[in-house]
Amino acid sequence: MRDNPLLGLTVIIVPFSLLSIGGGPSIFAPLQREVVDVMQWITAREFIDLFSIARVAPGPGAMLTTLIGWKVGGWAGAIVATLAMFLPASILTLMVARVYDRYRGRDWHTALEAGLAPVAVGLIFAGAISIIRLSGNSMLTWAAAVGAGAVLTLRPKLHPFVMLFAGAALFVVAEIAGFWPIAAP
Amino acid sequence: MSDTPPRVPLRDIFRVFFTVGASSFGGGVTGWMHRITVGQKGWLTNEKFLAGLALGQVLPGANVSNMAVYIGQVLRGPLGAIVALGAVLTGPFFLVIAVATLYDEAIKIPFFHSAMDGIAAAAVGMVLRMGTMGALHGCRKAAPAVIAFGVFVAIGILQWPLAPVALVAAPLSVALAWPRGRRQGGLDA
Repeated sequence: MRDNPLLGLTVIIVPFSLLSIGGGPSIFAPLQREVVDVMQWITAREFIDLFSIARVAPGPGAMLTTLIGWKVGGWAGAIVATLAMFLPASILTLMVARVYDRYRGRDWHTALEAGLAPVAVGLIFAGAISIIRLSGNSMLTWAAAVGAGAVLTLRPKLHPFVMLFAGAALFVVAEIAGFWPIAAP
Repeated sequence: MSDTPPRVPLRDIFRVFFTVGASSFGGGVTGWMHRITVGQKGWLTNEKFLAGLALGQVLPGANVSNMAVYIGQVLRGPLGAIVALGAVLTGPFFLVIAVATLYDEAIKIPFFHSAMDGIAAAAVGMVLRMGTMGALHGCRKAAPAVIAFGVFVAIGILQWPLAPVALVAAPLSVALAWPRGRRQGGLDA
């Protein structure tokens, strides 16, 4: 596997794809062990840098594997690592979604749809908290998030880009004014 | 069943998911997907979206890619799922490599980190909006409200691992939502 990085990437990443319940964060620790300690493809420092790059760039955090592939095998490595990360889980989701769709109208389907919704709502708010926690957990972040939510509710046609840009502008102004960044409590 | 929504062109699916993927800075992407596919395009109902979101979170894989597969499948079957998945990943694939190439320079841009923090905060606003809509639609009764709050506290506040929480909460919630033949001893007993 050390001689053929593309094969190595596939063999290592495919199982992680099928274990990544809750997305990328659940596999980052074992992934680090595998690519840093076992395969020694990259150093621990590089892994941390790639992790923060994947957070800054658009797309799911699991795109970290794309960067590992890119480090290990250039463009071919990036493509192989991305497919290895996203295809197995996506195929599983597609199969479940197809079965799920076929039984529309049945009792258990209705129950599943009504029963999963509150679980999703709880996870959505938990996700919001975790993003806020990662970005400093400050009053300003909370105020901006709640404010953005309120504006989006009042203006359903508003493009999300406008909101994201306004958020960036607000925090840049806050930095100029000396309110940001605040040390996390 | 013939309650299929109007056929959405694959081109439109690609355009929407490409845009969402390529501009999903700072997380909160599913909030944006909800806003466009449910709110603006009316491609699927709120309930259907939330069911997909819960499935996507319980199954392995990133929420973003699982939601793309789910919505694509709902709209146009497997072909729709492939188009949506490809579209949502193409932008980030090149952008994440571009950022990796430019990272050392990018962090020297004045206000770079503050702008990123602001984008993340606004993205959380979209997530809050999605959660509020979901709560208003699906959590008006006591049992679903308790389930939603319990999941939020377990995952969001106590930071328990997702898998065991979902394995307890999801079957319980589904059992409580069963239309008939409900077993005795429910929460409202």
